[in-house]
Amino acid sequence: MSEKIKKDDTMTVVLGEFSSASDLYHAAEKMRDAGYKGFDCHSPFPIHGMDQAMGLGRSLLAKVCFVIAISATLGMIGFVYWLSNDYKLVISGKPFFSYIAYVPPIWAVGILTCALTAVFGMFAFNKLPQPYHPVFNSDNFSRATQDAFFVSVESGDPQFELEKVKSFLSSIGGKNIEVVQG
Amino acid sequence: MSAQATDHLIEEPLITSNATFKGISDQVSGVVEAKATKPYLAALAVASSGLLLFLIAVTYLLMEGTGIWGITNPIGWGLAIVNFVFWVGIGHAGTLISAVLFLFRQKWRTSINRFAEAMTIFAVICALLFPGIHVGRMWVTYWFAPVPNQMDLWPNFRSPLLWDFFAVGTYFTVSLLFWYVGLIPDLATLRDRATSKIRRTVFGVLSLGWRGGNRQWRHYELAYLILAGISTPLVLSVHSIVSTDFATSIVPGWHTTIFPPYFVAGAIFSGFAMVMTLAIVSRKVFKLENIITLYHLENMNKIMLVTGMMVGYAYSCEFFIAWYSGNLYERFAFINRAFGPYWWAYFSMIFCNVVVPQMFWSKKLRRNIAVMFAASILINIGMWFERFVIIVTLSRDYLPSSWDYYSPTRWDWFAFIGSFGLFFTLFLLFLKYVPMIAMSEVKGTFPEANPHHKGHH
Repeated sequence: MSEKIKKDDTMTVVLGEFSSASDLYHAAEKMRDAGYKGFDCHSPFPIHGMDQAMGLGRSLLAKVCFVIAISATLGMIGFVYWLSNDYKLVISGKPFFSYIAYVPPIWAVGILTCALTAVFGMFAFNKLPQPYHPVFNSDNFSRATQDAFFVSVESGDPQFELEKVKSFLSSIGGKNIEVVQG
Repeated sequence: MSAQATDHLIEEPLITSNATFKGISDQVSGVVEAKATKPYLAALAVASSGLLLFLIAVTYLLMEGTGIWGITNPIGWGLAIVNFVFWVGIGHAGTLISAVLFLFRQKWRTSINRFAEAMTIFAVICALLFPGIHVGRMWVTYWFAPVPNQMDLWPNFRSPLLWDFFAVGTYFTVSLLFWYVGLIPDLATLRDRATSKIRRTVFGVLSLGWRGGNRQWRHYELAYLILAGISTPLVLSVHSIVSTDFATSIVPGWHTTIFPPYFVAGAIFSGFAMVMTLAIVSRKVFKLENIITLYHLENMNKIMLVTGMMVGYAYSCEFFIAWYSGNLYERFAFINRAFGPYWWAYFSMIFCNVVVPQMFWSKKLRRNIAVMFAASILINIGMWFERFVIIVTLSRDYLPSSWDYYSPTRWDWFAFIGSFGLFFTLFLLFLKYVPMIAMSEVKGTFPEANPHHKGHH
């Protein structure tokens, strides 16, 4: 297999298939305990508790959303305050900054910013869009979005050694071990 | 873990047959991958004819102005605002199913959430068109937007019409994002199943290179949760803000604080009726009876029963307050509503919205497809009449000299019927080109999806 590695700058990925969600979950625990860092567990649906099994913390997305949405809301409050004094509309003799009447636009801007941050933040954390990845060179991997479960180990992992990774994956129950490059 | 603790409480399986990961992928993707059938093309032809009617109605409106409509001086809003509120309301069930039921961990939502969300988006598109064409001067519709016009005039931020722009615009954007985020894993499934290069390229671009790794899922799941968390207050606020179009005016029958909750309950009620109509037809035509089961339909009927009772309560509460307020104009508005020239609209509304859902107390009727299909259509008619009844309250305001009887012209009806054409054209295209069931979410509800599944055997 090693003669297929052409250049050092291409990424090599080792794939191992597992037969069920629970097998994948236990494989993730063993990968984590063996100290692997650059591995991922692919499944057609999110698996509950997989973050802990892989040794990953909680996503930062919620904190990012909170900060940006609160800032946008405060910004909008500042904007309507400025607007109510800059462009004065006399309506039934009410105060220019009758703040309750400004709540709906402020609220909408806060919600909208939070939603946009959640979605585009998720894209940024996940490095999407990413139309090409070496794993797409595997025909078998096309089942990862349908009914199959895979562990992938990327050559970026500090303890990546092709033969070792392959034998480790089969020792924890991986089938159809495959090496893809790109 | 609560998931295991509640497993035995689910009396019926969510998916009655073909309940394997591969089975769901094949069945749902199969609809998109198969060639369009003749009945489908016939339905698309009918729907797009309706769309053509809408385009004709709008073109003639652009040429002639709003004089072609039946709007008169006491009733300046007419069918355009009735249709606007009707379509925004329809959308609410989609967000309720995708967000509120998600937060409550109602697993049965997974079979119906995708097309309910699609319905939301298409209904809001129909809704947004009506205020747009009603302004009469289409070239200045940007005055809706919070930007100064060519004379440096800002719109009034204290007006409910501007609030509508923010509320409905935000609602549309958030619904679209929610729908698209939910679609990404399923679009990746279609990409990986694709047999032709063009198909693989199109779905490859749309699915953004999704690989289904847990390093992606963990951000994805949190984004989904955040969207559900903010959509929940949003869906309650949107129709509340729409109701302030009426409630902030000083018109008898409109100036009431019950309007926001009453509008929200009515919106969810009508939206579920529309989901029901669409679900019954789609599951039959595309043979998805094992995924959208009687259990799902029965649950929706229960929600319709609850929201129908809320709407009925609001109708009676309005009458009580009209009497209790001691305000002569308010009392007149309500007596006129029920016994005035539009009594037929009022009692159609009461029959469809309050009487019809009562039959869902019976489990037998709740699980009868023909009965619930008829009920869903009647409820949609009733909810349209609810908005009509509110609008024609204006026909008899303070001054008897300005009273008039409002009757829509054929161009009013063409625009309304045409908007159904637009809605169904979009919906039919969605059914054929996008997976109509959220495959990854349905798979996630299977017992085998639980990583501790094997431990129980």
